[in-house]
Amino acid sequence: MAALISTYAVADRPLKARPGVGETISQTLTMARRAYIKMMRNPEQFFDVTIQPLLFTAMFAYIFGGAISGDVKSYLPTIITGILAQTALTASMARGTQLREDMDKGVFDRFKALPIARIAPLAGPAVADLLRYGIAATLTIVVGLLMGYRPGGGVGGVLAGWALTIFAGWSLSWIFTWLGTVLKTAGGVQGLGMMIMFPLTFLSPAFVPKETMPDWLQHFVDVNPVTLVINATRDLMNAGDVTMSVVWALVGCAAVVAIFAPLSVWSYSKKL
Amino acid sequence: MTTTTELAVSASGLVKTFGDFTAVDGIDLEIRRGEVFGVLGPNGAGKTTTLKMLATLLPIDAGKAEIFGVDVKAHPHQVRQLVGVTGQYASVDENLTATENLVLFGRLLGMSGKAARAASEELLESFGLQEAAKRQISKFSGGMRRRLDLAASLLSRPPLIFLDEPTTGLDPRTRGQMWDTIRTLVAGGSTVLLTTQYLDEADQLADRIAVIDRGVKVAEGTSEQLKTSVGNSTLHLRLSDKTQVATAAAVVEKVTGDRPVLTPEAGGVNVPLADADRAADVLIGLRHAGISITTANVQQPTLDEVFLALTGHGTDSPESAVSPDNSVNSDIHTEEVA
Ligand SMILES: Nc1ncnc2c1ncn2[C@@H]1O[C@H](COP(=O)(O)OP(=O)(O)O)[C@@H](O)[C@H]1O
Ligand SMILES: [Mg+2]
Repeated sequence: MAALISTYAVADRPLKARPGVGETISQTLTMARRAYIKMMRNPEQFFDVTIQPLLFTAMFAYIFGGAISGDVKSYLPTIITGILAQTALTASMARGTQLREDMDKGVFDRFKALPIARIAPLAGPAVADLLRYGIAATLTIVVGLLMGYRPGGGVGGVLAGWALTIFAGWSLSWIFTWLGTVLKTAGGVQGLGMMIMFPLTFLSPAFVPKETMPDWLQHFVDVNPVTLVINATRDLMNAGDVTMSVVWALVGCAAVVAIFAPLSVWSYSKKL
Repeated sequence: MTTTTELAVSASGLVKTFGDFTAVDGIDLEIRRGEVFGVLGPNGAGKTTTLKMLATLLPIDAGKAEIFGVDVKAHPHQVRQLVGVTGQYASVDENLTATENLVLFGRLLGMSGKAARAASEELLESFGLQEAAKRQISKFSGGMRRRLDLAASLLSRPPLIFLDEPTTGLDPRTRGQMWDTIRTLVAGGSTVLLTTQYLDEADQLADRIAVIDRGVKVAEGTSEQLKTSVGNSTLHLRLSDKTQVATAAAVVEKVTGDRPVLTPEAGGVNVPLADADRAADVLIGLRHAGISITTANVQQPTLDEVFLALTGHGTDSPESAVSPDNSVNSDIHTEEVA
């Protein structure tokens, strides 16, 4: 003990004005590692990204396939890409409740008291969540292939759609991260998250063609960011085309991050 | 940017309100480098809130605070480089092991993985936690959590350490261990700001003490100054033979010049002492008069008495009145003096 303490630095040490970019990245990765360890110790965190894609893909394909596309097989290009967007959204919603629960624990007081970038405790877990989106996207595609889905975009198109799904999940998670920093309870985040998630998923061409909806609904469908992602995934996976839809999806996701990441950091540091 | 001032903490007029409730109402603090400063007050006095404002964990509503001359409001990132905070509730990750926690904090502080592991090992050893290194914190005892928490605050070797009620809720033995740890820190030259509900804890550890109540500082000084401002210690005696109470009272009065307070039915004689050292004189006097006693102990004023004297009201919360193990009392057994 004595040796340890005798090496204490005195107060006359150079102080940094703010964390640099390199430090911020390294701190974010450290926080991602923490989230990853916790995830591995708590396998429940994988339920939504494993069971849901398996169940929903099979269930929706057999229930709606005949009604919407005549038969299950011709419905697959629609439903697989729809489920991809849907699971990305539900998986990203968990970010908000988990952050809120985490922030209520004592360890967040330490994160706040440490000289680290304010974004690191928020962005770290979001990086670790890439694994969850990756699992969800992979399972959905594999189940689709097993059910007879033959994507027209080939391997390249499928990989591009897979990557876009993961990016969309990560981007949308910033909306829920922000909710986590604003609302007081995990239950509140969960409730509001659901209210956001349902219209975003169902008021989109995820499961049924937009044209079957009333006109006034179609206006919302057109501006729904999930629609942008679904259209882009379909173009990539079913046709192998890098269309304007893909560009719009990327722009839409980037816009969500550009708005909600700074809002989250602001609301998180304001509470200090 | 470097720091130059002689003061580790300098705060004036600190205010914190929650809605229309003022938790901290204009507190001034000056803590010199290398000293242990105790903030003493009952539950709800505003100790944690004050500490959190100084540690950048809560916004300062009014007033000004500087840590080693660095303004807390204007330069929170710098202040965080100077202070190690150990909160009232353990701020470590329940789902990680002790080592994982310390390595995580070390990495966040910019250490390499190797350096963080080495520092973690060294700290766990210093705090007697090496056997528990690979265990998840959720399986730790209260005392182990506190020690790990303190270890985590020391990773950056901060020149100023905040300890919020470091021993509240610990059993007397663990409490003693924590005190030893804090004394070692102090011997190493750290400046420590500690809060406590126990007068004896402040007495044991702090060079100077500020007493706060309902968000206001009501007194400040050394532990001796506080106690003498409040009153004297008392020697509580119990006689073997109850009939000797009157004789004993006369003997005591001759030694101290004051009349003791008597409880004849219990054979009790309570002697107010201007100075605790006078207890021995009283005991020797009784021995010479052939009066035998069964128990004797010297009691310092309790926090409750300090409070009553300083504020005109008690501490409100029953559990904060005296320390759980009564270690204020320096028990003097008759055999030892006789
Ligand atoms: N976040 C908060 N919101 C509302 N009231 C609070 C909050 N934090 C503390 N208080 C109140 O402020 C007072 C002082 O609290 P605190 O600083 O924790 O006291 P202490 O640490 O001395 O026990 C208490 O009455 C407490 O209920
Ligand atoms: Mg407190």
